[in-house]
Amino acid sequence: MGRSGLRLRLAGVWLSVVVCAAVFAPLISPQDPLAQDLFLERLPPFWIDGAEPGHPLGTDSLGRDVLSRLIHGSRIALTVAILAGLAACLAGSAVGLAAGFLGGWTDRVVGRVIDVWMSFPPVLFAILLVAVLGTGLHSVIIAIAVIDWTRFARVVRAETLGQTRMDYVASAVVAGRGRFGILAAEVLPNVLPLIVALLSLEMGIAVIVEAILSFVNLSISSDAPTWGGMIAEGRTQIHFAWWVLVFPMIALFLTVLALTQFGEGLRDRFDPVFR
Amino acid sequence: MTDALISARGVSLSLPDLNAKRWFGPGPMVEILKGIDLDLPRGEVTGIVGESGSGKSTLGRCLIRLRAPTSGRILFEGVDITHAGRAELAPHRRDLQMVFQDPMSSLNPRHRIRRIVEGPLRVNGFDDAKERAAEALDRVGLPAEVADRHPHQLSGGQRQRVGIARAVALRPKFILADEMVSGLDVSTQAGILRLLERLVSDLGLTMAFVSHDLGVVRHLCSRVAVMREGGIVEQGAVEDIFDRPRHPYTASLKEAAPLPEIDPGWIKSGAD
Ligand SMILES: Nc1ncnc2c1ncn2[C@@H]1O[C@H](COP(=O)(O)OP(=O)(O)OP(=O)(O)O)[C@@H](O)[C@H]1O
Ligand SMILES: [Mg+2]
Repeated sequence: MGRSGLRLRLAGVWLSVVVCAAVFAPLISPQDPLAQDLFLERLPPFWIDGAEPGHPLGTDSLGRDVLSRLIHGSRIALTVAILAGLAACLAGSAVGLAAGFLGGWTDRVVGRVIDVWMSFPPVLFAILLVAVLGTGLHSVIIAIAVIDWTRFARVVRAETLGQTRMDYVASAVVAGRGRFGILAAEVLPNVLPLIVALLSLEMGIAVIVEAILSFVNLSISSDAPTWGGMIAEGRTQIHFAWWVLVFPMIALFLTVLALTQFGEGLRDRFDPVFR
Repeated sequence: MTDALISARGVSLSLPDLNAKRWFGPGPMVEILKGIDLDLPRGEVTGIVGESGSGKSTLGRCLIRLRAPTSGRILFEGVDITHAGRAELAPHRRDLQMVFQDPMSSLNPRHRIRRIVEGPLRVNGFDDAKERAAEALDRVGLPAEVADRHPHQLSGGQRQRVGIARAVALRPKFILADEMVSGLDVSTQAGILRLLERLVSDLGLTMAFVSHDLGVVRHLCSRVAVMREGGIVEQGAVEDIFDRPRHPYTASLKEAAPLPEIDPGWIKSGAD
């Protein structure tokens, strides 16, 4: 237990908060996240004079409730994190495993493709893709997966290559196991911890990329409550209503941190070799 | 000719020379094995010695068809297995086993010992894999609770015993032991060697023992093949080769490694 256990636990607590917020958003938000009320614009959070009950974290310049928008924003953040993260992970890991395990020309072709792919600057690549695909959540998810599968492919390939050279693979051949059986039963369990750590990192990255795309108005409609969109609006209000900017930033920061720490915590706790 | 379990006839292996990579066409090849003739008599332990890089491991891996030679033939019980595919080799797999040098690499770090020893049994269709694995662990002198541990939780000597148990559990006819004691300290080595001797006599094993430790080879093996630069310079009974080397290379090997002759009495006695 000790440090890694604490890390896993703290990350787990925050992630459960976010997951609960996302799942029960309509039940727990105090207000409708889209409802505007110009008489209640820029209300401060509850501990500052002038706050209204029912708006614990204040309102933005259109009188929309910040807490309710944060809660609904977690739905979009989590959807993107899970779908984009998994898509990039599955595609990239499959390619990386195949290249590292089969070697030869498969490996050479994959290596070239990854090199070329990674030479595009990722944020520009994403903006370009969304511009082509049209804005919307599905384009954001596709864009992240299309760009970031290389992150998995490169690292998983190198790890698979190293594992395939180990004698336990030769030993499985001596036992008479088939190629696919060796990949699935011998090599994969040794690459999986790395894949899990990468996945949690990628989910954090996906949350940030979605926020960036919302920030430049390329994600879903600007009305929708996304953390990136809130940060973009809050930026213009920073001198009148700092809370509109600060709360979504905290939510974003904590979620990304928790996702990355969760992966490493899981490895330390459950991987027999690290435990 | 004596009754050979495995015979190599003119076995050669060439691989692309990695140091001289060319831009176009097939690069130059290096000959790693050069026309090797070797017989491994049934029930005997044959030592394969030679300097580092002389091709001992490569030859061993060809003998159990972990790799295929470029030319020549490998016969197992008179059957030509030189180019047998996986399906044709399947019935022979349990008979051609190997114990590796480095158990940290040859035991899957993320599997428990139980799975490591039972796995090959299941692949080879044994229904009683569980019982056979337990029996094998016992036979190599490991306590039963080791089965629930992971390799990194064992000592070096225990790990090597797991490697032996995995091979022995299949009741193979042949075991290739590649430098299997060189990573261990001297007293652990002695224990493992004693175990090997017992297994060879109890199970009627045929073995090839690759080593650069002439003292150990002399003690354990009845026959020896001396390798140099991919060829066998001489082979025969251990006493003949070591006491009356006909080839100057064998004599120089002996001089280069005047290892403290292992006192046979010391290996024989001593608690297990
Ligand atoms: N896959 C390979 N590709 C190219 N060359 C190889 C390959 N495997 C081995 N070799 C070369 O073949 C030669 C024999 O290697 P091998 O491992 O059989 O020697 P060895 O006698 O077992 O040496 P050691 O005592 O160091 O284990 C070496 O020169 C080695 O560099
Ligand atoms: Mg070797």
